[in-house]
Amino acid sequence: MRAKKLKVKEFPDVITVRESLKKGDLATRLSCVIMGAGNIRRGQVVKGLLFLAAEIIYILFMIVIGSGALAGLVTLGTQTTQEVFNESKQLYEYVQGDNSMLFLLYGIATIFVTIGFFILWRVNIKSAYAQQKKAEENRPAATLKEDIKSLFDKRLNTTLLFLPVMCIVIFTILPLVFMICMAFTNYDRNHQPPGQLFDWVGLVNFEKILDTGSGLGYAFWHILGWTFVWAVAATFLNYLLGMIMAMIINWKETRLKSFWRFVFVLSIAVPQFVSLLVMRTMLQEQGAINVLLQNLGLIDSPLPFWTNTTWARVTIIVVNLWIGIPFTILQVTGILQNIPAELYESAKIDGAGPVTIFFKITLPYMLFVTTPYLITQFIGNINNFNVIYLLTEGKPATMDYFNGTAGKTDLLVTWLYKLTIDFNDYNYGAVIGILVFIICAVLALVTYRRTGSYKDEEGFQ
Amino acid sequence: MKVKSMKTKKRILITIVHAFLSVMAVIWVFPIFWVIMTSFRAGKGSYSTKFIPDEFTVGNYVKLFTDTGVFDFPRMFMNTFIVAVATCLLATFFLISIAYTMSRMRFKMRKPYLNIALILGMFPGFMSMIAVYYILKGVGLTDGGLKLLALILVYSGGSNLLSFYVAKGFFDTIPKGIDEAAYIDGATRWNVFTKITLPLAKPILVYTLLTSFIAPWTDFIFAKVIIGSDAKYYTVSVGLWNMLTKENIYQWYTPFAAGAVCVSIPIAILFIYVQRFYADGLSGAVKG
Repeated sequence: MRAKKLKVKEFPDVITVRESLKKGDLATRLSCVIMGAGNIRRGQVVKGLLFLAAEIIYILFMIVIGSGALAGLVTLGTQTTQEVFNESKQLYEYVQGDNSMLFLLYGIATIFVTIGFFILWRVNIKSAYAQQKKAEENRPAATLKEDIKSLFDKRLNTTLLFLPVMCIVIFTILPLVFMICMAFTNYDRNHQPPGQLFDWVGLVNFEKILDTGSGLGYAFWHILGWTFVWAVAATFLNYLLGMIMAMIINWKETRLKSFWRFVFVLSIAVPQFVSLLVMRTMLQEQGAINVLLQNLGLIDSPLPFWTNTTWARVTIIVVNLWIGIPFTILQVTGILQNIPAELYESAKIDGAGPVTIFFKITLPYMLFVTTPYLITQFIGNINNFNVIYLLTEGKPATMDYFNGTAGKTDLLVTWLYKLTIDFNDYNYGAVIGILVFIICAVLALVTYRRTGSYKDEEGFQ
Repeated sequence: MKVKSMKTKKRILITIVHAFLSVMAVIWVFPIFWVIMTSFRAGKGSYSTKFIPDEFTVGNYVKLFTDTGVFDFPRMFMNTFIVAVATCLLATFFLISIAYTMSRMRFKMRKPYLNIALILGMFPGFMSMIAVYYILKGVGLTDGGLKLLALILVYSGGSNLLSFYVAKGFFDTIPKGIDEAAYIDGATRWNVFTKITLPLAKPILVYTLLTSFIAPWTDFIFAKVIIGSDAKYYTVSVGLWNMLTKENIYQWYTPFAAGAVCVSIPIAILFIYVQRFYADGLSGAVKG
């Protein structure tokens, strides 16, 4: 409640639709039905005609395509592909059935167009009322030129945000809604359009995946467990070891500081798919590492880096250290130098050793400052597709996980990828995506909201 | 006596630290060194018993650039380059627009936008990827050369736009007083944006340009989904990855290394140039 009041105060001259309808005159109210009427009445002919044109285009769109698309969204297609006997040609012909996937896509796109139109409709009413108010105060309505000018001044935000927001809607939000919808259908390997239809099934997929008794649920909970182990290990090991490395490099007695830093940065600079693919071949049974160890006589038979589950999991985490430690060094070097020197001095005077200083001063300070960074890292690791897919592709393979759809090192995200791309189980993939989102969102919201930089955004301006 | 022993102790510690750093440096440089060595190795296959090859050759580079039957590396390189240039221009324009608006302008939908961006960023990136593919297919952007256009659109208009926080943090640090002085002199917001803020924001402009230029070179998964098996439009990452599939790895492992070196060197140079912005940008944003 309080937040709402504050908002109104922050933007006092904002016109609401409700107010416009209550206090609007005939022309303003007419705008509800005939868009642009209010603007034309006050002399803004071009703007009014543009509103009107948008309305006509929308209505035509709905008549020709939209209404059918919306109906299709409900049924997701009724006609399967089938053989039909063609009397005139005296032969059987394949009749293309409905494509449920396209029905879903077009239906959602129509809803998006409708929402866009609704927003425009609101703008139209508000604009009509604004002109009416101006007329009542005996101020002239803005000319087209002035309108365009204001798009580069007072309303620059509209101009600058228009294209990016359109892109986000088309390339992020629309696809997400599309995928989320799939979670509530039976679009799996047995219902593949074109040719077969799929339909709405409600929450069945969620039940199947969360049920520990089913094969799918067994796979989900086990993979979720490994995903968490991986994310915790990858995030905190990288963070701790990277910080220690950074401190060693920063130590005042260390020579050639920039050289050491350069060496580590170099490994980030190499594209990840190159370094990871190279690591993969190096660690194979006949790879460079095994050959080296065998030549040195340290081992008799090659180490099973990628073939044994435990070995593979540990290897992934260690290889990830190679990738991650330089990142941490980059991130924390500056912050480490910002720790007030007095803190260290007084600790030394009190007789604290380096270990005590690290755990009592450095680590708490760093944790305080870098919590947002840690959270993004953690979420990034839960979603870390590259490292797993390029290193092991989820192997070693197993039949335990839902008939071999996932391997022992698969994370939820790589499993999602395999389910959709390799096995065409779009519905289960979508459910996993939603569950991953929920996990990340809860984690992030709980912590982000507590950090100073979110709450006190304007604090240092 | 005591002072002396402390000094030797310290000297030993310093030696240990430097020895430790040297070992670490070797571990970190080793894979890079190994790729470079492999790229000059005569002979085929991924399994080698020696780190420094018996025989050096530039044949792998020659093969990479001339044997264009299966893998047309020059073409892949050009594809990626075109995509990268277009992406970096478009993405920078988008990102800077968003960051500036969010940092400088106050409007009703601002907080909702910020929250939506945060929430959208938490969905796994390629959950939407498959859907994006179908949408692009629906509008016919997955045929022939249009695939590259689709890649450009996805790289510049996709989830990267949600990462405007770095640039926004930078804009936040430019004092608002400068803007206000200009408004008093009658400047419009557009004037202030183009004539005052952008010139002051050169570091973040360069940073955004370079990071979005690098992205198409390093992204693998989106390119793989959109390009599929159409070798004509491979980007370098997809092409190089395909060199390591079971059928190709024996013939193409050493040229792969050569290709990796060719891609990595320019990217590494750019990255090392960018990284000072990287560290500064983050520590700046967090300090607030």
